[in-house]
Amino acid sequence: METNNKAHISVRKLNIFYEKKQILFDINIDIPKNKITAIIGPSGCGKTTLLRSFNKLVENNTEVKLSGQIFVDDEDIFDPKTEITLLRKKMGLLFQRPYPLPMSIYDNVAYGPRIHGIKKKKELNQIVEYYLKEAGLWNEVADRLHDPASRLSLGQQQRLCLARGLAVKPEIVLCDEPTSALDPQSSQHIENKFKELKGKYTIVLVTHLLPQAMRLADYVIFLYMGKIIECNSAQHFFNEPKEKLTQDYLHGMIC
Amino acid sequence: MRTLTIAISLLVVLMIYGLYKRSQAILSFQPWNELLLSSTWRPFKGEFGFFSFIMGTIWVTTTAIIIAIPFSLMTAIYLSEYASSRIRRLIMPWIDLLAGIPSVIYGIWGILFIVPLVRNYLAPLFNINCTGYSVLAGSIVLAIMIFPFIINVLIEVFQTIPVQMKEASTALGATQWETIKFVVLKKAAPGIVAVSMLGIARAFGETMAVLMLTGNVATPPQNIFSPAYPLPALIANNYGELLTIPLYDSALLFASLVLLVVVLFFNILSKIILIKIEKN
Amino acid sequence: MLKKRKTEEKIFKTIMIFCTLLIIIILFLILISILLRGFSSLNFAMITQTPKGGYYLGKEGGILNAILGSICLAGGATLLAMCISIPVAAYLTVFKQKGKFLPFMTRFALDVLWGIPSIVYGAFAFIVMLFLGLKASLLSGIIAIALVELPIMTRSIDEVMKSVPEELKEASLALGANELETTYVAIKQCIPGIVTSVLIAFGRGIGDAAAVMFTAGFSDYLPTSLFDPVATLPLAIFFQLNTPFVEVQNRAYASAFVLTMIILMTCWLSRILTKWFDKFIIK
Repeated sequence: METNNKAHISVRKLNIFYEKKQILFDINIDIPKNKITAIIGPSGCGKTTLLRSFNKLVENNTEVKLSGQIFVDDEDIFDPKTEITLLRKKMGLLFQRPYPLPMSIYDNVAYGPRIHGIKKKKELNQIVEYYLKEAGLWNEVADRLHDPASRLSLGQQQRLCLARGLAVKPEIVLCDEPTSALDPQSSQHIENKFKELKGKYTIVLVTHLLPQAMRLADYVIFLYMGKIIECNSAQHFFNEPKEKLTQDYLHGMIC
Repeated sequence: MRTLTIAISLLVVLMIYGLYKRSQAILSFQPWNELLLSSTWRPFKGEFGFFSFIMGTIWVTTTAIIIAIPFSLMTAIYLSEYASSRIRRLIMPWIDLLAGIPSVIYGIWGILFIVPLVRNYLAPLFNINCTGYSVLAGSIVLAIMIFPFIINVLIEVFQTIPVQMKEASTALGATQWETIKFVVLKKAAPGIVAVSMLGIARAFGETMAVLMLTGNVATPPQNIFSPAYPLPALIANNYGELLTIPLYDSALLFASLVLLVVVLFFNILSKIILIKIEKN
Repeated sequence: MLKKRKTEEKIFKTIMIFCTLLIIIILFLILISILLRGFSSLNFAMITQTPKGGYYLGKEGGILNAILGSICLAGGATLLAMCISIPVAAYLTVFKQKGKFLPFMTRFALDVLWGIPSIVYGAFAFIVMLFLGLKASLLSGIIAIALVELPIMTRSIDEVMKSVPEELKEASLALGANELETTYVAIKQCIPGIVTSVLIAFGRGIGDAAAVMFTAGFSDYLPTSLFDPVATLPLAIFFQLNTPFVEVQNRAYASAFVLTMIILMTCWLSRILTKWFDKFIIK
């Protein structure tokens, strides 16, 4: 593996089982800081599980068992002393389908900061405006901040979720196929945002859309049937794939 | 088979019609607003004022719901959001067993435990002298009787909330309780309202347990330690004299009609809310 | 700040567990106190004899009249309710409907009927009784309790039949069977569920006092005819409790013990039968 920057997330010997069936086999990877890392692979190969293990969401399900270690900024997230809520604050999560919380647009964005202690109205107003602008949604909703978030279109909702996720000032943004439910225009909007944000945040993007990975990724991890096949900088990965499996996938022979 | 099915759908209508028809006698004797609002109850003299009984029912039912909802809510949240499915499967059958216990047994148990509890421990806290047979005693037992029902519906309501919405909140760093407070309870609010109404409807019509525990004194209650005479208890207590005092049968059937209409109202209202939730 | 949030969660979690445990403890408290108190007053004579003269004043006798009366009444009512529930539930799930209206309306009506208090059913059955010219009798009681059991049974059999996989019904129809024959197939698949529903309804019916008050009357004799009044356990309990004699009140507890045992056995029986029938159904 070649990385130029120090790894933001390091995974060592991760194995995940769901109801006795093994989903991930001996995963060892490093996610570089402030770059876009794409995790690609065919559907059902464990990409989402891997992503959700980073913020410990995967453990919410009681039938899941795992072994191994994951370090975020050199902190072992499986150490019982690690505070989960602060860990999750470091990471934003974007789902495939947007899930706005059952509240107004304003409250959605303000939700995270409020929970973590920011109560002053003025501060919250600033935060809401700033992050809605960051997500590229401000102009469309500035005059109806207190409308229920459910009234927005799908593309707008996804941008709202992006704003919401950024508002807790994470360092890492985890995205699980964030544009697959959106129309092309909204998808492009989100992709452009990622390109803008990458200098400030580490972005981990799970996608099954090869062209998207090619457009956005700085670094690529190829996951197949729960095993890491190849990981490399995007340039090397797409132009000179080392493994045969990778070549087959890139040529569309495995879906 | 088709006729049977249609007949079932119309059964409620038939019941309302039947009860109304038999209430005609008393309705032509006293206007219905007087029947409902007067608290003079002297059947021998032909004076039928149901107000005390209606108030009795309202007191007992409201107090029962006020007791039942918080406890059921806490239990339902625990079983739905915190407990593993193993624990849930372990506990639910026992809660459902509570629903199978007959009303009369609840009544006996209430006399053994709750009436002394009210008389010797709760009433003295407020410096009130009370026999124990009171609104409170009936309400406590009534609350216990409707727990399983409310808990089951609440758990169903909670399960309709999409997991990803809760995960979105958790991913932002919220504790599970914060997710419950701000997301789950908010989304479930209409369901909680609906279940309260269903609970009211159930409590309204409960007969035997309240009959044995509320003291059956025909005046509107002053406070929760006063005795009360809920409407169903009235009907049940006086079945013996049903055909001996003139107009008595019509009066009691009118009371049944009132009971039916109130219960129907709450039931249908809450059903509409629950259907709307399911659609969402 | 974080500490405050975690403490708040801990507090509420403790409250939640406390509430859950409280409910379970109450359940056991009820069962155990009735069983203990009742058992101590129970003797063989109570369950094998009918009340002799002066029973309610403390003289000899037993509650056999009530035990058998309840079983006959609830049994008859359950059978009557089954004759209506099973066809209606089958009709709703198997037969092709012209539109969505009838099933929706019926299920809505059943939900509404389910919420009606048993005393209203008793009052209505009383009207029916007078209309048919019956007096307080076993038959009137059966009608009343059948009305009470109907919504419970139909709703739960409907749920069971809804869960029959669509493919099973289609396979049957594809082989040329008509809807009635398909119904038999569907019913066979549902037997464990139907058994449970019937037994639950029976348990509900046997414990009900409000509906039988108006309609079944009371009697010190064993049930012999459909047209005579009949004793029921819940009413027997109620009457015995209302006397001023401690001796008789104790008998009330013993009767409560008998009623509770019958209901517990019904639950237990339904579990066993379900497990036994599970062999025959397709999973």
